[in-house]
Amino acid sequence: MAAALRVAAVGARLSVLASGLRAAVRSLCSQATSVNERIENKRRTALLGGGQRRIDAQHKRGKLTARERISLLLDPGSFVESDMFVEHRCADFGMAADKNKFPGDSVVTGRGRINGRLVYVFSQDFTVFGGSLSGAHAQKICKIMDQAITVGAPVIGLNDSGGARIQEGVESLAGYADIFLRNVTASGVIPQISLIMGPCAGGAVYSPALTDFTFMVKDTSYLFITGPDVVKSVTNEDVTQEELGGAKTHTTMSGVAHRAFENDVDALCNLRDFFNYLPLSSQDPAPVRECHDPSDRLVPELDTIVPLESTKAYNMVDIIHSVVDEREFFEIMPNYAKNIIVGFARMNGRTVGIVGNQPKVASDSISFTPWNYARRQYRPYFAGCLDINSSVKGARFVRFCDAFNIPLITFVDVPGFLPGTAQEYGGIIRHGAKLLYAFAEATVPKVTVITRKAYGGAYDVMSSKHLCGDTNYAWPTAEIAVMGAKGAVEIIFKGHENVEAAQAEYIEKFANPFPAAVRGFVDDIIQPSSTRARICCDLDVLASKKVQRPWRKHANIPL
Amino acid sequence: MAGFWVGTAPLVAAGRRGRWPPQQLMLSAALRTLKHVLYYSRQCLMVSRNLGSVGYDPNEKTFDKILVANRGEIACRVIRTCKKMGIKTVAIHSDVDASSVHVKMADEAVCVGPAPTSKSYLNMDAIMEAIKKTRAQAVHPGYGFLSENKEFARCLAAEDVVFIGPDTHAIQAMGDKIESKLLAKKAEVNTIPGFDGVVKDAEEAVRIAREIGYPVMIKASAGGGGKGMRIAWDDEETRDGFRLSSQEAASSFGDDRLLIEKFIDNPRHIEIQVLGDKHGNALWLNERECSIQRRNQKVVEEAPSIFLDAETRRAMGEQAVALARAVKYSSAGTVEFLVDSKKNFYFLEMNTRLQVRVDSGIQPGSDISIYYDPMISKLITYGSDRTEALKRMADALDNYVIRGVTHNIALLREVIINSRFVKGDISTKFLSDVYPDGFKGHMLTKSEKNQLLAIASSLFVAFQLRAQHFQENSRMPVIKPDIANWELSVKLHDKVHTVVASNNGSVFSVEVDGSKLNVTSTWNLASPLLSVSVDGTQRTVQCLSREAGGNMSIQFLGTVDLTLWPRLECSGTVMAHCSLDLLGSSDAPTSASQYKVNILTRLAAELNKFMLEKVTEDTSSVLRSPMPGVVVAVSVKPGDAVAEGQEICVIEAMKMQNSMTAGKTGTVKSVHCQAGDTVGEGDLLVELE
Repeated sequence: MAAALRVAAVGARLSVLASGLRAAVRSLCSQATSVNERIENKRRTALLGGGQRRIDAQHKRGKLTARERISLLLDPGSFVESDMFVEHRCADFGMAADKNKFPGDSVVTGRGRINGRLVYVFSQDFTVFGGSLSGAHAQKICKIMDQAITVGAPVIGLNDSGGARIQEGVESLAGYADIFLRNVTASGVIPQISLIMGPCAGGAVYSPALTDFTFMVKDTSYLFITGPDVVKSVTNEDVTQEELGGAKTHTTMSGVAHRAFENDVDALCNLRDFFNYLPLSSQDPAPVRECHDPSDRLVPELDTIVPLESTKAYNMVDIIHSVVDEREFFEIMPNYAKNIIVGFARMNGRTVGIVGNQPKVASDSISFTPWNYARRQYRPYFAGCLDINSSVKGARFVRFCDAFNIPLITFVDVPGFLPGTAQEYGGIIRHGAKLLYAFAEATVPKVTVITRKAYGGAYDVMSSKHLCGDTNYAWPTAEIAVMGAKGAVEIIFKGHENVEAAQAEYIEKFANPFPAAVRGFVDDIIQPSSTRARICCDLDVLASKKVQRPWRKHANIPL
Repeated sequence: MAGFWVGTAPLVAAGRRGRWPPQQLMLSAALRTLKHVLYYSRQCLMVSRNLGSVGYDPNEKTFDKILVANRGEIACRVIRTCKKMGIKTVAIHSDVDASSVHVKMADEAVCVGPAPTSKSYLNMDAIMEAIKKTRAQAVHPGYGFLSENKEFARCLAAEDVVFIGPDTHAIQAMGDKIESKLLAKKAEVNTIPGFDGVVKDAEEAVRIAREIGYPVMIKASAGGGGKGMRIAWDDEETRDGFRLSSQEAASSFGDDRLLIEKFIDNPRHIEIQVLGDKHGNALWLNERECSIQRRNQKVVEEAPSIFLDAETRRAMGEQAVALARAVKYSSAGTVEFLVDSKKNFYFLEMNTRLQVRVDSGIQPGSDISIYYDPMISKLITYGSDRTEALKRMADALDNYVIRGVTHNIALLREVIINSRFVKGDISTKFLSDVYPDGFKGHMLTKSEKNQLLAIASSLFVAFQLRAQHFQENSRMPVIKPDIANWELSVKLHDKVHTVVASNNGSVFSVEVDGSKLNVTSTWNLASPLLSVSVDGTQRTVQCLSREAGGNMSIQFLGTVDLTLWPRLECSGTVMAHCSLDLLGSSDAPTSASQYKVNILTRLAAELNKFMLEKVTEDTSSVLRSPMPGVVVAVSVKPGDAVAEGQEICVIEAMKMQNSMTAGKTGTVKSVHCQAGDTVGEGDLLVELE
């Protein structure tokens, strides 16, 4: 502009240079056209990622492109992209060549909406350098994370990356660390979700690991620190990618991933479904969605669901399904540490976190693939017992709910902590403490229903009145005691002859809800069929619950 | 008035595997349905009460306490009546029935053994023990089980316990086919020409068959119903029939006698109810036609039969009364006849019980045991004429909400709208004639299919729209996507249909493959039953399951437009009755009325094309113990076919019983454990092929 004015001034004074002025103006206009063209070109190129050939290859593997994934995840037309023009800055190894520059580099970032609610999203583009992480790639991710934290909206990462951009060296590593730092800063502030839709290896795995939820796509996604080749050279183990870090491994054995879905389309549809349960940030209350299920609905089948024989199993998921809105329950880690059930549901439209012991051991052993048997010890879960894995699973879930204002409903049928050397050597004491810690620390509304057994220390742990449960109910079938009658009688009446009579006496005295009820450790003994109505009513009242904790820098959970 | 009975049957094994657990048999709307049923049943009750009052004086001395030697709905019914009369009741039950409804209703309950009926409800010793223990003065046997067992009646008499029901003489006379036929002959009741008694050998059987004239029917005299019934059209088949029936007679009943009689082709099964008292009075009530049978179990019953004329009816009634008098019958009973196309009727058998009653012995949360009668409910509807009764029955069937088990509602519904049935052209062969390869479910017509697709698409959009309805949060406004037309791709039976849906309030305009439909409903997405109007046609649908990935399963029977049916002139009360039964898995119309659709937005459907077909996972064929414990029960033996999720064995560990289930469908190759074994972690239990 200034240049143009100057040229005009010169032109006024020196009319002889009029022709020169025309030339200058022409050159200015043509330059503008070329910029527009360049913008368009860049945009077009960016939309094609690594090019049609690589897109076809991606499709052939049964995977969608980064942009196709975003289009399925977000409401139609809601995606607002940022940094489409960012390119990598590496000049080594011929990377500066035009053919090695891709507008937007290997990640698509921006914001959009899921069912009308704001979300920030990044989607790694495997068609550009295998989705590898360059400095620019990391910078793009960091930018939207920073903004998500500022405005208070969740971040969803769609991971599909071969790892670090090796050509960039330490710049790439720095990029990872920048992301990790933001993952940690955002933790407990906004929900962070990772959906692994391709490889995610090496240092890259720690970003999903730091987020609140990690989901995987079956057969096409892998998570591992070191791949099969390195494993072979270091430990001489023969293992496939799928065995080492596939969806099955991480959802059944390692507990790294929270759920796996059939394919990209299924995963993205489910992610939309899941997103609806979450508040946008820790400043927001649990979302309340329109609900058609009457809050005072009675559930007659619950009156007979707990078997009369206290050793007989039943399925706690049945209870959960029939209590929550419309039987909708989004279970988290359904195939890992099955002795505890955690997941999201709604009560009268409001999101709640459900924690329940699972008295039914539906062993997966037969559906496990042979390699599980051949090489690894099978992990048993005992009839709703708390063990290392279930304690950690439960604790993490409880802490998420507490961080994001999601009320907790706990269904208790727990015979105790799992005994044995494996558990003691594995540190059941410190791991069990995590669940205890999480429940005690939680200040969200806590409603607890004891359906049957609540024995020993495990009774205390499972959101008991003593850990500031807001409302604690017992069903008439509840047995709240230090231990089962047989064990108790063996200790109290050691050496006595009439053990049976003593056992009957113990059952009469303790294997019922009264000892706890007379002490006020449960607020009421309720008819099971009224459970839903009671919980809905309590949650309405507890919506305004406020708890002040003494100031501290941060708490010190026994990790 | 006109009425129909029907019955529904769930498939226990499948149900146990299903997404919905068996305990959730009926949900809230089922209660509505139950109310529905009870409403009809009340009218029925009035009838039975009137009947009952013939000999009942409220001041008459009755009993203080009786034992009800039965289970399920019949036991409930007896207990209810006792309560009204101020009599205390004792229920008996097997292990698996400990928490069933009749046990809860009774004042006392005694466990008489494990699940198999031979060890519990037929266990006379245990029941006699229970009588002594509870000091019951009388026993009501209900029907089935020990109700027609003369040995039991005798045991009771010996202990001075009153047997409430027909006396020993009548049971003995009528419980035995040969004896009952002889008696019938003597009372001048029409009987089917035939021979009864001990048949020496196959040649004698052939001689008898020739005398009667082919075709003939051969069965064991002691066998009830159609069990072991064989039809012979020539000498050769007679020899085979003789061999098999006599083997069966000896092994199953310990009684060698055989019955060979004229086989009546395409017969109708019509029965007359009779009532008798101790003073030799007897009267007959109107008939019921029970021709629609499956495996000789009644499926649909109807009263009056549209086949009988007044004259035949009276003749049958008079013969039934004559028979009741002849056996000094002092209770309610049923005389069954076969009626051929020329209205010739033949005495079939007499049941020493009265069957008029609708009830359900189950409630939400009840376990339907695989050990007992599969009937879960009976449904009776009435109407001023047959058309109305059938219309009500179709509506009522659409309104049954059954979860967790597979049932025969689809079959019942198909039967009552079948044109042959509607015309009254039926026989006991109806089901095998109409469904020679078994019932495969309702075949959708094109317009029905479009309706289904339109309803499913509307439901999908309704769910999508609902997902955007949040309680407004002022911090961050919800900006709903503005979608005027939902372009969908709906897959049904592997065919993809293009659907465009738009909505205006509760009305959805849906274009299915080019044809336009309007779908209206309340769109209450929590209700198990959804009443939908498609272009003015009322349909009742149930959304059985829905997944985020687009899969939806919908129960869609459609209420048939009965105005199109020929109106049938009927006089008197017409009733229809169907029994809702559990079905055996072999010929189950598993998802007969259930349609699985997959609905995706057009974009998702286009991208879905890139998704790879999943290779069916090779699930392990080996079941190992996941923990140390004791094997409590093994439910399979080598060669058994098992379905995924089916219980293989139960292991008790930490005082908890853990059900070990099959990870895939297959055949049991070998079993490496037995009940009582102690197993360690990782021990091989069962191998599948």
